[in-house]
Amino acid sequence: MTSGDPVQPPRRVDRAGIVIAALLAATAAVLVWDARGLQSTAMYGMGPEAMPVVVASGLALLAIGNFVDALRGSLPARESADPVPVVLILVGLALLIAIIGFGGGFILATSALFVTTSAAFGRRAILVDSVIAIVMSTLIYLAFDRLLTLSLPTGPLERLL
Amino acid sequence: MMDTFAALAHGMAVAVQPMNLLYALIGVFLGTAVGVLPGIGPALTVALLLPVTYKLDPGGSLIMFAGIYYGGMYGGSTTAILINTPGESASMATALEGNKMAKAGRGGPALATSAIGSFVAGTIATIGLAFLAPWLVDFAVRFGPEDYFALMCVAFVTVSATFGDSPIRGLTSLFIGLTLGLVGIDKLTGQARLAFAVPELLDGVEVTTLAVGLFAVGEALYVASRRHHTEEKLEPVRGSLWMTKEDWKRSWRPWLRGTMFGFPIGALPAGGAEIPTFLSYSTEKRLTKHPEEFGKGAIEGVAGPEAANNASAAGTLVPLLTLGLPTSATAAMMLAGFQQYGLNPGPLLFAERPDLVWGLIASLFIANCMLLVLNLPLVGLWVRLLAIPQPWLYAGILVFATMGTIAAKPSVVELSMLAGFGVLGFLMRRFDFPIAPVVVGLILGPIAESQLRRALAISLGDPMTLVQSPISATLLGVALIALLAPFVLKGLGRFKANED
Repeated sequence: MTSGDPVQPPRRVDRAGIVIAALLAATAAVLVWDARGLQSTAMYGMGPEAMPVVVASGLALLAIGNFVDALRGSLPARESADPVPVVLILVGLALLIAIIGFGGGFILATSALFVTTSAAFGRRAILVDSVIAIVMSTLIYLAFDRLLTLSLPTGPLERLL
Repeated sequence: MMDTFAALAHGMAVAVQPMNLLYALIGVFLGTAVGVLPGIGPALTVALLLPVTYKLDPGGSLIMFAGIYYGGMYGGSTTAILINTPGESASMATALEGNKMAKAGRGGPALATSAIGSFVAGTIATIGLAFLAPWLVDFAVRFGPEDYFALMCVAFVTVSATFGDSPIRGLTSLFIGLTLGLVGIDKLTGQARLAFAVPELLDGVEVTTLAVGLFAVGEALYVASRRHHTEEKLEPVRGSLWMTKEDWKRSWRPWLRGTMFGFPIGALPAGGAEIPTFLSYSTEKRLTKHPEEFGKGAIEGVAGPEAANNASAAGTLVPLLTLGLPTSATAAMMLAGFQQYGLNPGPLLFAERPDLVWGLIASLFIANCMLLVLNLPLVGLWVRLLAIPQPWLYAGILVFATMGTIAAKPSVVELSMLAGFGVLGFLMRRFDFPIAPVVVGLILGPIAESQLRRALAISLGDPMTLVQSPISATLLGVALIALLAPFVLKGLGRFKANED
């Protein structure tokens, strides 16, 4: 890890660590809740509900362990993170899923992801990137569809090919 | 002994068929090309290229896999040397000295010693694999379900707790993986677990979706979030590509020593190439006649760890092929590759499909030779791949990553899972949780559960069966020690930090 910027001082309650511990505890609860709906049909040995309970117990113990670590503030130091590019990429993924879901096809979907990711990494030439993206995903589509005969989702653009 | 030679010769006959040679070549080429991209380690290389092999027969596909595996490792060390972004922790030692060498204008010899060292180590370790595997298979056929369960417990503990920085964070990763492994229909009773009435979840979580999400999407999000911190700098390869006589003299012993560290540790169900690479690095640092060069670009510091890394990669194939036990993220991806054809590595596979197993082992030799021939002359091409501007590079990686899922299962649920695992991977990187235990937990969890339930069904529900078999009792003891050791000796997890 390279660090050259202000890291938070150690030995302080780490809020993110508490959230992590809470999430682990919640997952354990979901596991137990889900396991209660299972019927044990095994005459001998373990039924399907045993393993989830074991995993849930482990998660609960780890939630405690993470909680203690967080209280002690002994989590590794973190660098500052910029949320904007992360959100941009997630928007790109959401666009991809929406376009595939509504039948927009492979080329449009992956192009949307390409352009948003590229923007997240600091490029501002959206038009140029869009052209690159469409050309590239068209080539990938053709390679998969014709050469590997794997079917990718089709939309208006794919039907033109 | 003779059986091994006969089997290996048979495997060679399979591997040198023209089509299989072509598959190996494509695998090596693709593996290097993807592995050379910064931030992409061998595990992700295998995960990303899995869809390419969907339409091949199992034999050809596994041979291509062998090439992708070794190619990804070669590519990773090129990146580590030229831009100091090790795609995985096993390349960290290489990056330490190799990047300094590149900065000093000795990038060529650094690449050469890493390529030749990897070849030497890979070849010796593959021979080790060929001789060790049949012996282990003979041993493993006597394993009952309780023994397998105990063995998996050892793997769980060593992969997550024993060798990481924090046993608690390692175990947390493992249990996230185990939780994901529970999703889907229980094979013994047909009841759905954690499916929440979503039909797509009934089949369980796809290993490739998880791995690509955690590694590729997670990495892209992580790099994007801290883009303002570091400017990656690509070192041009200046001067001669070739090693001088002095370089050879200083390299060959580290190669052999690295192999000696890498193969046994890789072959133990302990997982990870980190330990042997760092052991090799500190050994070379101690033994070198040029201690003043360490930290400034000592060739021994590239030769040793690179050899250790490759030898341990071949070593992890020992438990994978003979016991079906993946001990690294890359091995877990290889197992996923087997599973897509309904093949389960283990003693049975050696008996039933010797052509497949030995063809794969023989292909490892061939892939290694191809890489040696391909890698050095083509280094200019790989360097050009490294020069792709970061925005296009990561945009391309994400398109490629989602493409695999779109080709396999173009459903909104599956793609949302991919994105979700990406966010998980990002958070785990940010909060320093190891990723590999999640993948190992997902893939081994269900197997461990079914072995345990089988063992308990045979013993009519008596849990004492787990300690009555001597093998199982010993292994469970080992697992317990491995679990408690890091808590008892708090220094063990820190020894890595003391190395540099």
